[in-house]
Amino acid sequence: MQWETVIGLEVHVQLATRSKIFSGASTAFGAEPNTQACAVDLGLPGVLPVLNEQAVAMAVQFGLAVHADIAEVSVFDRKNYFYPDLPKGYQTSQMYHPIVGPGEVEITLEDASTKRIRIHHAHLEEDAGKSLHEDFHGMTGIDLNRAGTPLLEIVSEPDMRSAKEAAAYLKAIHSIVTYLGISDGNMAEGSMRCDVNVSVRPKGQEAFGTRAEIKNVNSFRFVERAIAFEVERQIELIEDGGSVVQETRLFDPDRDETRSMRTKEEANDYRYFPCPDLLPVVLDQAYLDHLRGQLPELPADKRERFQNELGLSAYDANVISASRDMAEFFEAVHSECGDAKQAANWVQGELSGALNRESLSIANSPISARQLGELISRVLDDTINGKAAKEVFQALWNGQGESADEVIDAKGLKQVTDTGAIEAMIDQVIADSPAQVAQYRDSEPEKRGKMIGYFVGQVMKASRGTANPQQVNGLLKEKLDALL
Amino acid sequence: MYEKTLTQLAAALKSGEFSSRELTAHYLQRIEKADGQLNSFISVTAEQALQQAEIADKARAAGNAGRLAGIPLALKDIFCTQGVKTSCGSKMLDNFIAPYSATVVEKLNAAGTISLGKTNMDEFAMGSSNENSYYGPVKNPWDLTAVPGGSSGGSAAAVAAGLVPAAMGTDTGGSIRQPAAFCGITGLKPTYGRVSRFGIIAYASSLDQAGPMARSAEDCAHLLGVIAGHDGRDSTSVARGVPDYVEGLNAPLSGLKIGLPKEYFGDGLDPEVEKAVREAVKVYESLGATVREVSLPHTHYAIPAYYVIAPAEASSNLSRYDGVRFGYRCDNPSDLIDLYTRSRAEGFGEEVKRRILIGTHTLSEGFFDAYYTKAQQVRRLIRQDFLDAFEDVDVLMGPASPTPAFDLGAKKDPVSMYLQDIYTIAVNLAGIPGISVPAGFAGGRPVGLQILGTHFAEAQLLNVAHQFQQATDWHLQRPAFAEEYA
Repeated sequence: MQWETVIGLEVHVQLATRSKIFSGASTAFGAEPNTQACAVDLGLPGVLPVLNEQAVAMAVQFGLAVHADIAEVSVFDRKNYFYPDLPKGYQTSQMYHPIVGPGEVEITLEDASTKRIRIHHAHLEEDAGKSLHEDFHGMTGIDLNRAGTPLLEIVSEPDMRSAKEAAAYLKAIHSIVTYLGISDGNMAEGSMRCDVNVSVRPKGQEAFGTRAEIKNVNSFRFVERAIAFEVERQIELIEDGGSVVQETRLFDPDRDETRSMRTKEEANDYRYFPCPDLLPVVLDQAYLDHLRGQLPELPADKRERFQNELGLSAYDANVISASRDMAEFFEAVHSECGDAKQAANWVQGELSGALNRESLSIANSPISARQLGELISRVLDDTINGKAAKEVFQALWNGQGESADEVIDAKGLKQVTDTGAIEAMIDQVIADSPAQVAQYRDSEPEKRGKMIGYFVGQVMKASRGTANPQQVNGLLKEKLDALL
Repeated sequence: MYEKTLTQLAAALKSGEFSSRELTAHYLQRIEKADGQLNSFISVTAEQALQQAEIADKARAAGNAGRLAGIPLALKDIFCTQGVKTSCGSKMLDNFIAPYSATVVEKLNAAGTISLGKTNMDEFAMGSSNENSYYGPVKNPWDLTAVPGGSSGGSAAAVAAGLVPAAMGTDTGGSIRQPAAFCGITGLKPTYGRVSRFGIIAYASSLDQAGPMARSAEDCAHLLGVIAGHDGRDSTSVARGVPDYVEGLNAPLSGLKIGLPKEYFGDGLDPEVEKAVREAVKVYESLGATVREVSLPHTHYAIPAYYVIAPAEASSNLSRYDGVRFGYRCDNPSDLIDLYTRSRAEGFGEEVKRRILIGTHTLSEGFFDAYYTKAQQVRRLIRQDFLDAFEDVDVLMGPASPTPAFDLGAKKDPVSMYLQDIYTIAVNLAGIPGISVPAGFAGGRPVGLQILGTHFAEAQLLNVAHQFQQATDWHLQRPAFAEEYA
């Protein structure tokens, strides 16, 4: 039997507001437990929520970026359940009238093909606190710093058909929210988490299979692994004559498996009803237009422009546009050196390699876009050769010089293109290498091409790498052949 | 001193007849002597009150005392008061010292008024007799065998007994107006959104509203001016100017159109109460008002709608009392579920548990539309009834309660207790303001005339009530209990 996988994602994005969604407490990550929870976050008797306007603006920006309908009127509801890190005994969310309606996101797969994934809706809600199970001698600690942090929950349609597509979708959402600057997208700190709905069905069947929901998966890699495990589990189960039960499961990255948390029968009845403490959010066209005017160029548009106007390959355009920081760095390098292909190669090659080695983000690159652009320009105008360029790059990376030109001068890396100087070096090398010259002379003509490498190397060495390799090559051939 | 109204006390403080310290000490002494019998206070904050009084006296000496500086008041124990136990009448919050003050409390402090303490109330404001308090029932000073009404029963009894010149209450379904009526004082429930709810422990958020309870409409006008206004911390408070309610008290009533809702004079209305109310209406006629009968056709749906919406909101509002962060926690919980269930089972009283259960049920999957959604539809119809009536008349009048104060322990069946609020509850559902003013007696117990106006018509209501109080002296009558402790 051929099986088809059906996947839908619920992505929770922590919005990068300075204060919480319903209180003035700070949202900064990593503070001492319970130092960033005010009376409202603690759910003290008598407190009331006041909606953070910035959170609304961010949700709307997301909606506009995914071409969604923005609700003229959206309403906050209470989702009622008891949990120690949920101080009020309910989470304020948007059940019936979410702020962002249907939209869509284009994802790019590894083979550079694209697919549209529909977004069902996105709604605003508050995050809960954290239960800390370690360090309390069998008791549980509660940290309410995170309680009330604004979340945008983005719910997709079940449009994904593989783990790769799901990961690509998650990356696309990540790149949109970071482009918009509405989230830092830091998955390790929980700024982006996702619940994955997975089901399988025989290929060709229209009806969906029973789905399992895998909760709180917090990395791109885990999403792929969790889905891979879950798909296999479901198929095996069905093929063994069993059936999938609708349930909530937890992914354990250490054991690379998903485990049942609760079944449908154990599910809560959340008793949603409109929150009487908050007014409906009413947005007018002028407000939407204002926010639309502030949208940056988004990843999909950049990708298209990089491909169509700058002539990058689909692959390069996709990789570079995935992160706003990288795209902007690339654009700055390009505007300095004027060669998109070279700029893309350097940003993805030498620069990304160096950044990865030292676990730095491109925003913290020791080499500025301007420095890199200038360096590329010097290669393009033949001031330095490729080998010297790498040396200049390393020097700039280490802070040995302000600009490529300064490093080139200081290290004397300027390419030697003076024919007389090169000829003198060649003559010296030939004079110093009688054995090799003899060997060259006695070789079959077709093998001589290979042997010339030795002489090129010696000349380059003599020039301390500054000789123009093409020139060296040409002149050497002339001179050696004259000896035949 | 206690026989004076708040307005008169303010004048006496201004003229230097006595100091705020003397006045405060006087009331504290009366509380000390009398409250053992009434049980109207849960906490008396004597020391703080005297300190506040001295500050007020100094401010007056320095020439920067406001209109109400130095006036002692009491706060229903539902208003969070920084550093003071705020119990909401519940065992659940018996150990809760509020770490912040409600906006109403802040405003009263800023006006220089003095809080003598926190008054008794039905637990979480759920009740119409003040018998649902963890701290025991409050007695009606007119008759110690009668209830004072609820849920702001402590505030009403304390004012009626002259233990404090005025007090703050809250009203979700009649909790200011009904006890005001039972205790022979004046109580105003403002328009929903007129007074900030921040720091008032929530019962039913879409219905709760704070208001003054005092000897006269004029006293209420002074106090409403202090507590009303928009508050950035309460999204449902309305950004709308606050008029000078005292200045608006002398408009003549000639041409005033009064509507008597026929549904408010039907079965179940005590004949003596009806008689007193109709007499009061005659007084208005003599003052130049015209009277006509009107209809509020959906009145009989008000109680059922209320007992869906209010418990639904309450079931959610009271979820935070889980024994985890503050409030009552059961001894030796075996696990989390045990902690929740026993803390709540032991910490809440019967009526609160009943309403949490009702609310939890009506919000449940499969019942939500039949109950909650339907009740909200009914609510809109009820509101429309009032708006339609106010197309034809300026104010509505009727009894605040179908009977005068009943005996303690008389109403064992919850539903018969719920029916007490038949004339007050629709007002909260519609969000309009209402005031209860003393209008005579029935069987020796006070009768309240309820006057209703359209949204934000507080100035008009206070004036209409004040004109009545200029022509009658029901509001000045005192129970013998008050005199005995003179």
